[in-house]
Amino acid sequence: MKKFLCFALAGAMALSLAACGNGSGGQGAAGGDTIRVGIIANTSGDSSQYGLAVSQGAKLYIKQLNEEGGINGKQIEIKEYDDKGATADAVNAYERLKSDGVTAVIGAVLTNTTVAVADKTYEDNMPQITASATAASVTVLDPTDPSSGIRTNVFRACFIDPFQGEKMAEYAQKLGATKCAVLYDSGNDYAKGVGDAFAAKCAELGIDCTVEGYATGDKDFKAQLTNIQAFGAEYIMCPNYLEDVGLIVTQARQQGITAGFLGGDGWSGVSAYASAEDLEGSYFCSGYALGSNKGFEDAYAAEYGEAPKQMFEALGYDAALLMCDAIKGAEEQGLEAGTDEYKQAIIDTMKATDGLQGVTGSFTFDDQNNPIKTASILQLQGGQEVFVENF
Amino acid sequence: MSLISQIISQLVNGLQSGSIYALVALGYSMVYGIILLLNFAHGDIIMVGAYVVFYAMTSFSLHPLAAVLLAVIACTLLGTVIEKIAYTPLRSAPRLSLLITAIGVSFLLENGAQLVFGAGAKNVPTFIEGGIQVGGVYLGYVSVVTILVSVASMIVLTFLVQKTKLGKAMRAVSEDMGAAQLMGISLNRTISFTFAVGSALAGIGSVLYVSAYPQASPTMGSMLGLKAFVAAVLGGIGSIPGAMIGGFMIGLIEALVTAVGLSTWKDGVVFAVLIVVLLVKPTGILGRKMTEKV
Repeated sequence: MKKFLCFALAGAMALSLAACGNGSGGQGAAGGDTIRVGIIANTSGDSSQYGLAVSQGAKLYIKQLNEEGGINGKQIEIKEYDDKGATADAVNAYERLKSDGVTAVIGAVLTNTTVAVADKTYEDNMPQITASATAASVTVLDPTDPSSGIRTNVFRACFIDPFQGEKMAEYAQKLGATKCAVLYDSGNDYAKGVGDAFAAKCAELGIDCTVEGYATGDKDFKAQLTNIQAFGAEYIMCPNYLEDVGLIVTQARQQGITAGFLGGDGWSGVSAYASAEDLEGSYFCSGYALGSNKGFEDAYAAEYGEAPKQMFEALGYDAALLMCDAIKGAEEQGLEAGTDEYKQAIIDTMKATDGLQGVTGSFTFDDQNNPIKTASILQLQGGQEVFVENF
Repeated sequence: MSLISQIISQLVNGLQSGSIYALVALGYSMVYGIILLLNFAHGDIIMVGAYVVFYAMTSFSLHPLAAVLLAVIACTLLGTVIEKIAYTPLRSAPRLSLLITAIGVSFLLENGAQLVFGAGAKNVPTFIEGGIQVGGVYLGYVSVVTILVSVASMIVLTFLVQKTKLGKAMRAVSEDMGAAQLMGISLNRTISFTFAVGSALAGIGSVLYVSAYPQASPTMGSMLGLKAFVAAVLGGIGSIPGAMIGGFMIGLIEALVTAVGLSTWKDGVVFAVLIVVLLVKPTGILGRKMTEKV
């Protein structure tokens, strides 16, 4: 009996070795008439609405590209694995993609899974782009150290939190502001990140800016608003949770403050928290404004039977666009897909992206591989979020 | 805006939030004065009042005045029912049992509200809008109404306690429960009446609260209740003008601490004031000295 088990195990091992051999054979084939690209997204589990959106957006672009003849006459072959939003599954997904012989990775979707995958791709110098992970640690090895190195192979299509603050400061300048104020929850990293970046950019642009904070859970903002009123701010940046935004805007109007309000991408849906009259004319920025690109939205609806619901579909589409554009650069150099030189060529092309026009704006990468791109500016008009322009 | 009008605006801000604290503190003070119970469920009665305003105005689209009336009635009923169900059976029990029960009722209301209304905040439509410019200071009607209503409530309450027969009964019960009963005063009626008046004040407080901070959430009453408790202790618990002064002082302290840029220290300063008061003058500003009867 024992001997039989031995043979059986040996047989199983031999089979699995053979399977490995097939896998590496597949890798060789990648250099033929297809280019293999991996997608890692959480298409099931708690936050799967984001994962599905990104994955479907990315696949839509690749499908369109293939219909137009692919890159250099080669079709893009998609390998996709679900990471369920868990870091361990994300790393497994990446290992499987590697054995499938992919030459670039689009993903992951959530911040923690993206960082887990980035740790691995950095070792392999595998080109990676995330559509949606905003944390600095995705592209920077140690965000607490200002002189830290970056993961040269990892890029993102979305903008990071402080970038929104800078954008809105520039937009305030465009609106003709000379005095601005920031009012944020001092205990909230997102609010503080956006608000501080706004104030710093204002100082750079020569706009006077005062910063007022409040403690998490506060309901009374009148004292801060009186200070802001005395300062004479024309625009008030308010990058907080919607419940707080609603209270702040209402109290400001009750105090007779007529200054305009500005917000970040967390403002989407704000009209449920304050009256339309109080919010009238406020501006906020978003990664993508629904309705700003009819062609993309119609194609998405035709493919999946429902229109995009948020910015993640468009960001997924743009992530795939950026990656395929970079692959084009590697193909033009006549390299063989899957090789180290090929991957390096993708990374170099991606880094050199200059004003590539996507669905969510035009892309150029900064020295930390974050996109310098346009943000969609929306304005509240009669309780509706109306797309103004890409700025 | 000149510095002086800025200071005046900040004082108005302080008086407005202070008025709400004062109204809630009055309820605390009255109940404590009569049966020595710290009714920790008092803040949560305000929460229920806020939800009544919300549903009256949105689901039933009632006129704001009708919503206000409904909220006051609902709070009064709720306060009396809580007293009958939770506190009356414990009247002869040790005071600690009553206190623990009050905390239990508070939790019951908060979690019950999360179950019934959901955990998220509900946006209450604003019903007092506009304001007037007085010199360099803009006075929102909300601030004016809040301050006036709370001062008027205090005057009515003082009249009620000092001049009416029921008020006399209340004072007698708070002086000596046993003796009052011997003089033919109905304990149950007097205590229920006290709870009803305190809860009606909470109802008015809830209306003023949602007109200033137009949101109703299940936990909104807990911090408000705590701050009002500090106000009651600061002014001298058991004293009506004391509760008023305490409320205004807490509101002003908060506004001024925030005005100088220490907003994150606001709550810390309020509770530090409580500690100092307890150390220096435990009976509060207008509190009377209690001599323990042996």
